[in-house]
Amino acid sequence: MKIYGVALLAGCFLTGKLIGNILGEVIGINGDIGGVGFAMLLLMLLTTWMRKKGLLVQETGEGILFWTSMYIPIIVAMAATLNVKAAISGGWIAIFAGLSATVACFILVPLISRVGQKQNTGE
Amino acid sequence: MENLKNIIDVNGLVFAFLFVGVIMLISYWISKNLTGKKIPGVAIAIIAGLALALLGNKNGLADLPLFAGLALLGGAMLRDFAVVATAMGADLYHIKRAGPAGLVSLITGVTISFIFGASVALIMGYTDAESITTIGAGACTYIVGPVTGSAIGASSDVIAISVAAGVVKTIVVTTGTPLIAKKIGLNNPHSALVFGGLMGTTSGVTAGLAATDARLVPYGALTATFYTGLGCLLCPSVFYLAIKLILNF
Repeated sequence: MKIYGVALLAGCFLTGKLIGNILGEVIGINGDIGGVGFAMLLLMLLTTWMRKKGLLVQETGEGILFWTSMYIPIIVAMAATLNVKAAISGGWIAIFAGLSATVACFILVPLISRVGQKQNTGE
Repeated sequence: MENLKNIIDVNGLVFAFLFVGVIMLISYWISKNLTGKKIPGVAIAIIAGLALALLGNKNGLADLPLFAGLALLGGAMLRDFAVVATAMGADLYHIKRAGPAGLVSLITGVTISFIFGASVALIMGYTDAESITTIGAGACTYIVGPVTGSAIGASSDVIAISVAAGVVKTIVVTTGTPLIAKKIGLNNPHSALVFGGLMGTTSGVTAGLAATDARLVPYGALTATFYTGLGCLLCPSVFYLAIKLILNF
């Protein structure tokens, strides 16, 4: 049943958020550190394991895949609910600060990608 | 007419499904027929979303009662839920391989963004450590800014600027990624992981990658999701002290 997939996804999601929150508490900031990241890792590990054991039937997988495909429409809805007005009215400081930081990081992408790959091929 | 308005009021989320579906339909039509698929439909849809957000204020279009359901559909809960779901298609092999690079990218991303944001604040005439740190934190993400600002006691207008800087970053990442993806080699899981760690804005990274190549989304999202936490950790502590030290010289 598809709901098994959705439930599996929900279980990973909540567990990941819990780990992220506990980690945040341990470190002393009131928030979630990498909750979504932990949830993603958990889902990856679980589905890989289930596939090996033959437990991941197609119907179950489809329950998760539906949400994967809803992802882009959700992002469009999110874009429509951002505080775009504030971004523009925050003035030049906000625009310069946000823009310069972004451009600097864009430029670093190929550089750091290379560092990582060198490490891997060197091993 | 009054009837229709009432129905939409109590079924906001369902109306949001319809509304976003129509935006997607029009955007894909424009992409195919007017741009010859040169600009991806997803990119057009996201830009349309951003443009529509100008009609409202703090919550964008969702500030209009008719579109209140968009806040639920595009809110953090469903967004994170769908982002986690994308992990289903990701390959553990790539993530293990890119692990060290991902970590390097996260630390570099937070530090570089902070330095640039703080420098802009300094150049534009701010002289107190609290304001400079908060604006630097805002250049990380629009969550790191206010978290840092309230932790170290910055004024509310400075916090507003930091949020705005973070939103500017999100918008630039969203719209800029598909344009420069080729130039920065953003076409494989490894560089997507690095990209997520460097940029950090989960919404910008996932939207930008979706508009570039949807298969890269899970890899970018995975590292980006650790960024805000790391920023909230470093900015009000290590970076704040560093700025104080520098200003005392």
